Amino acid sequence: MADSTKTIEMEVLRYRPEQDKEPFWQTFSVPFTDDWSVLQGLQYIKDDLDSTLSFRWSCRMAICGSCGMMIDGVPKLGCRTFLRHYHPNKLRIGPLENFPIERDLVVVIEDFIKKLESIKPYIIPKEARTLAQGEYLQTPAQLEKFRQFSTCINCMLCYSACPQYGLDPEFTGPGVLALMHRYNADSRDGGRAERMDLGHSEEGFWGCTAVTYCSEVCPKGVDPANAINQNKMGSAIDYFLRFVAPRGAGK
Amino acid sequence: MSTQTDKRRPYVRSVDGWWKRDPYYMRYMAMEATSVLVAAYAVILLVGLARLSQGEAAYNGWLEALKSGPSIALHAVILVVFLYHLWSWFKVMPKTMPMIFVDGKKLPPETITYTGVTLAVVVNVIVLIILV
Repeated sequence: MADSTKTIEMEVLRYRPEQDKEPFWQTFSVPFTDDWSVLQGLQYIKDDLDSTLSFRWSCRMAICGSCGMMIDGVPKLGCRTFLRHYHPNKLRIGPLENFPIERDLVVVIEDFIKKLESIKPYIIPKEARTLAQGEYLQTPAQLEKFRQFSTCINCMLCYSACPQYGLDPEFTGPGVLALMHRYNADSRDGGRAERMDLGHSEEGFWGCTAVTYCSEVCPKGVDPANAINQNKMGSAIDYFLRFVAPRGAGK
Repeated sequence: MSTQTDKRRPYVRSVDGWWKRDPYYMRYMAMEATSVLVAAYAVILLVGLARLSQGEAAYNGWLEALKSGPSIALHAVILVVFLYHLWSWFKVMPKTMPMIFVDGKKLPPETITYTGVTLAVVVNVIVLIILV
């Protein structure tokens, strides 16, 4: 390794379900250079120090959303967080908060996937078009209404940042609700009514108390807190309109 | 046939004391807590209104009570708490609004926050000038 190699202490939360009653911290001394990410540090541990360490990763460039973890208590992507920012102090790496630990840094994400599926995260065309009729057209202004919310990579950092999800797992949570808004706000989409029974509920937009930490930790600038809270006004109008007009008039 | 045993044993962490985990949560809890004093001060003003309806002597009594040492100390505390309430309220405001586009560009959240704070300060100064 180059002369500029330094060494950092990485404390990793370990949990091996077949032998550990509860998680414990294990410290590794990791040599690194300035361009090393936390993910590279973990890969060094797995390759050279302890091959039993488990963690998820894939793309190494903040697009697959696999390597979300708690780094010194803050939800971050391991691939876009650099060891040099923590040196000469040690750093602590744990699995994403608010999710059960499957093994080491791997968390159980079934609940998130189930919720993601439940909001129909795809365009339900407003009007059926044949191939001969051509593509669905959209203006740049219509695109801007949802573009920001469509950059979500499902990394679940926002779920780890959301105390409401931690306290009540029934809450649909920031990332998925932001995606619900993303499709509802798309001019080509006609699926709003199908999604909004959940949106209007306590498990939907109203489960959010605007802690807004989700938007702070999002690595893609999605701003889930804005996606969720801008729906509350419309949701309240929809609630009161039911007394004077048939259900759905406010949608 | 071999029986397959499930080795999975997901470990669920406690969320007790979650708000002490991160300074961001502490600021959130402080923001929520300020609303208690906002409500308390509304009660103080309502008492004043009730005293006013009971006649001049009652109202003057309420005014005198406000001038006492503990009351002034309380007001100093409430002022600081209200300033934090004001700031945090407008800090969250951009999150609650639909996106605003000016010339095709999204209005930055800071613009909304600072506009709100400025308006609030101006209105308060005007009210103060009228009252004093």
